[in-house]
Amino acid sequence: MTKSKLTIAVTGLNNIDSPGPGIPVIRGLKESKHFNCRIIGLSYDAMEPGIYMHEVVDKTYQIPLPSAGQQSLLTRLEYIHQQEKLDVIIPNFDAELYNFIKLQDTLKSMGIATFLPTLEQFEERHKSALPAFGEKYGIKVPKSRMINSMAEIHNLAYEFGYPLVVKGKFYDASIAYSPDQAMAYFNKISGKWGLPIIIQQYTPGTEVNLTGLGDGKGKLTGAVPMRKTYITDKGKAWAGVTLEDKELMKIAEKMVAGNKWRGGFELEMIRTDRNEYYLIEINPRFPAWVHLATGSGQNHPEALVRMALGEDVNPYKRYEVGKMFVRYSWDQIVDLKEFENISTFGEL
Amino acid sequence: MNLLKNLAISDTGFVFNPATGDSFSVNPIGLDILKHLKDGKSENEIRKHLLESYQTDKETVEKDLYDFFKMLDQLRLTEHD
Repeated sequence: MTKSKLTIAVTGLNNIDSPGPGIPVIRGLKESKHFNCRIIGLSYDAMEPGIYMHEVVDKTYQIPLPSAGQQSLLTRLEYIHQQEKLDVIIPNFDAELYNFIKLQDTLKSMGIATFLPTLEQFEERHKSALPAFGEKYGIKVPKSRMINSMAEIHNLAYEFGYPLVVKGKFYDASIAYSPDQAMAYFNKISGKWGLPIIIQQYTPGTEVNLTGLGDGKGKLTGAVPMRKTYITDKGKAWAGVTLEDKELMKIAEKMVAGNKWRGGFELEMIRTDRNEYYLIEINPRFPAWVHLATGSGQNHPEALVRMALGEDVNPYKRYEVGKMFVRYSWDQIVDLKEFENISTFGEL
Repeated sequence: MNLLKNLAISDTGFVFNPATGDSFSVNPIGLDILKHLKDGKSENEIRKHLLESYQTDKETVEKDLYDFFKMLDQLRLTEHD
């Protein structure tokens, strides 16, 4: 079989201690049995390590921050498309998804495929809307609510008790054991990600996660559950192992059947000692550990690209249980000229 | 006492619980006991086997086996009817 040659643009090249999913997604694409690919990195910051990983990323272009809006992004993508003739774009950050979802039809008319959730799917799984989401799809969710000022923290003890979880609207979560800690986390997280802050009931148990891919028609194309076995001080997985977890698979199937999720996603769940599952977050894109799915027999990035291009992809039925990932850090030596190019011209 | 059905036990004494991702190492005697449990042997049969196979006495087997079974319970590697 002759493999087609695709040009695929990928964001999330920040392969740092709290990594974006870009590099693991690219590794899956490079291992594809169905296509060869040229990878175009889309970066926001000249210090994203993926920019300098030339064996993984063929060429990188800086793109405007999501706050610059859709038009700036589109203008930049038009330029990149002129240079590279993109076939597919895979955005990997929560914060940029809104713009990409809004632009997906325009991108399609330019000949660039995406495979993204609808705006409604994207909005209804926001942390702030999670309780309603859980009710709608029959998934248990810890009690939570949004707050917009520190003054509201005083009443949290009555409503939630301590400890409780303080979360940013896009990223970051910390467990607060007292009002003082809750205020400190409120300031820290809102300073970084803005308001509102989400307060969530603390649910004791083991965190189990699932990386999945929905076909947009109600079927789960692939899903692999994982437990973190080594966690960084930022709460990120540095190592993890695939699990046999039928209940978690059922929850993922139920969610995808209910909301017809289109694209990659991650379920973050707490499994209590009584074997009850509580949904604490849904990420609307692949997680940074998605390469574990590829390594255990389900190449989700490859399947996403094929579905983006209109192919029918048979759902994955199996994965290897007990497959581990162990992350590592690596000092790349970079010529100043390269840094100069990406900083000055926005291309490398 | 029944071990979890899907518990993976290798010949090296490495034990993996695929439902939780937990892994453990046991010494050769622990492995011997786990294999007997996996084969559906009763506690009495295992006691008898240990007394016949190792240079030990009834009290030591009784005490160590009790501790070992308790630990399996605490680590949630067992299931009860």
